[in-house]
Amino acid sequence: MNESLVIIGAGHAAGQLAASLAQDGFKGAVTLVGEEPHPPYQRPPLSKKFLAGEVTLDRLYVRPPAFYDKSGVRLMLDTRAVAIDRSARTVVIDGGAALPYTTLVLATGSRPRALPLAGNDLDGVLYLRTVQDVQAIRARLAAGRRLVIVGGGYIGLELAAVAARQKLQVTVLEQAPRLMARGVGPIVSGFYERLHREEGVNVITGTAVSGFAGDDRVTHVVCGEARHEADLVVVGVGAAPNVELARDAGLAVEDGIVVDAQCRTADPAVYAVGDCTRRLHPMLDQNLRLESVHNALEQAKIAAASICGRPPPAMETPWFWSDQYDVKLQMAGLSGGHDTAIVRGSPDSGRSFAVFYLRDGVLIAVDAVNRMPEFMASKALIAARARPDPSRLGDERVAMKAFAV
Amino acid sequence: MAKITFQDNNGKEQTIEISNGLSIMEGAVRAMVPGIDADCGGACSCATCMVYVPDDWRDRLPAKDANEEAMLQFCPHADERSRLSCQINVSDDLDGLRLSLPESQH
Ligand SMILES: Cc1cc2nc3c(=O)[nH]c(=O)nc-3n(C[C@H](O)[C@H](O)[C@H](O)COP(=O)(O)OP(=O)(O)OC[C@H]3O[C@@H](n4cnc5c(N)ncnc54)[C@H](O)[C@@H]3O)c2cc1C
Ligand code: FES
Repeated sequence: MNESLVIIGAGHAAGQLAASLAQDGFKGAVTLVGEEPHPPYQRPPLSKKFLAGEVTLDRLYVRPPAFYDKSGVRLMLDTRAVAIDRSARTVVIDGGAALPYTTLVLATGSRPRALPLAGNDLDGVLYLRTVQDVQAIRARLAAGRRLVIVGGGYIGLELAAVAARQKLQVTVLEQAPRLMARGVGPIVSGFYERLHREEGVNVITGTAVSGFAGDDRVTHVVCGEARHEADLVVVGVGAAPNVELARDAGLAVEDGIVVDAQCRTADPAVYAVGDCTRRLHPMLDQNLRLESVHNALEQAKIAAASICGRPPPAMETPWFWSDQYDVKLQMAGLSGGHDTAIVRGSPDSGRSFAVFYLRDGVLIAVDAVNRMPEFMASKALIAARARPDPSRLGDERVAMKAFAV
Repeated sequence: MAKITFQDNNGKEQTIEISNGLSIMEGAVRAMVPGIDADCGGACSCATCMVYVPDDWRDRLPAKDANEEAMLQFCPHADERSRLSCQINVSDDLDGLRLSLPESQH
């Protein structure tokens, strides 16, 4: 029988997987089933340059639309997979048709966590995940309007930066005592609070939203006794993995579809890649689910190699970035569990410094703010489980090159 | 519009046309030039779009900014010929440019 590979989801990981399969010489038929109307595109610009109107949609595509035709990849867009029948090896799509597979890859990504609060269905309460979401938000961004962002994670803060530059009155409400609490250490959170205040954003931490008020359009965000006036609300309180198809098909799911280092599920015919997966990370020795471009691309390349019977590509330290105003944050590794934080440069003035995180003397993570040398050097040091001298790390007179592994 | 040639480390060449305003990286990804992965989509954060520029072209390209300089300092295979192709915007002036690709990006 000829091999036929079906990928559910047509996002960043799926696009890379199709490209890697073509490059690795996969001979079977490849079908991508995606519920969005666009071929695979990159999401990071959605809260950055695309939101700001600085780049057009065609510049976001992971591969040019012509690639799929040329490589014989069938793109089924605007199409939702509704069930997986693992014994018959078929994927059922809406309308009822069944697509047979010999190998199935789940690349269903994640979706914004909804806030189950009163008034969350009012007009003007929006989320930011897709091109369509951005188009809706952009249509309502106008100078002078009051934008309330619920959630001080990186997506909300990137939106705040774009909106502040477009002269909206921006308020960020964060439940935790500090911004980006899941992504960066406290020192970096403090810096971002100062940064956004300097840019005119009203940042309120440690406040829980209790609901949204308005007749049919949202006019207020309610936080207990306090009410914040709003013309537009965007909720960015994290993402939940799209695991329902896998769970209903009897695959193991624990806040993510459980896969091994090769991205295989317990069913040898079924792989999963990207935001929707959870695994024991071979480099970080932790069980986790990563939501990042680097992870989506790396897992797609690993899965393609495994499917084609090739050796897996070398792994890199997981990394992530965020652009807000003129500040580029680059993070590598995971700082949770560190016992020492070393600061290089000044977080309290200016816009350039780095924080290194060590555990038992081993560098495990870095948060670099407009500090590319610190980021690049640390990526290699973390992968090598190096033990750089903390006093030298914090000393600006020692060039980062000196730590090279 | 500029015609730009990419040579992989086996000597195989591919010449493509890139419209003005796009970066060299974007042009290469659209034309599916193997070896330009561009993981970060041009955010100057991944260095998987590195190319080597021959001597006679080095001064004819728009200069590196501090970010690009810093990234390149830490790329394993970078040397004085290296540029990040996502940081170079195409104009007519680049017509005839020849670039080679590092081995590590294959
Ligand atoms: C606004 C924003 C900014 C970001 N910025 C950064 C950044 O700066 N740096 C970074 O590293 N990461 C960033 N990320 C995260 C990054 O974009 C994700 O980690 C990445 O997109 C994950 O790729 P994926 O393919 O796993 O999922 P996705 O790209 O989400 O793709 C999954 C696709 O599957 C589709 N799908 C789901 N279920 C079905 C079904 N049943 N049938 C058909 N289709 C289905 C979905 O509609 C979606 O199109 C950002 C994300 C967002 C939303
Ligand atoms: S594409 Fe990532 S640095 Fe050029």
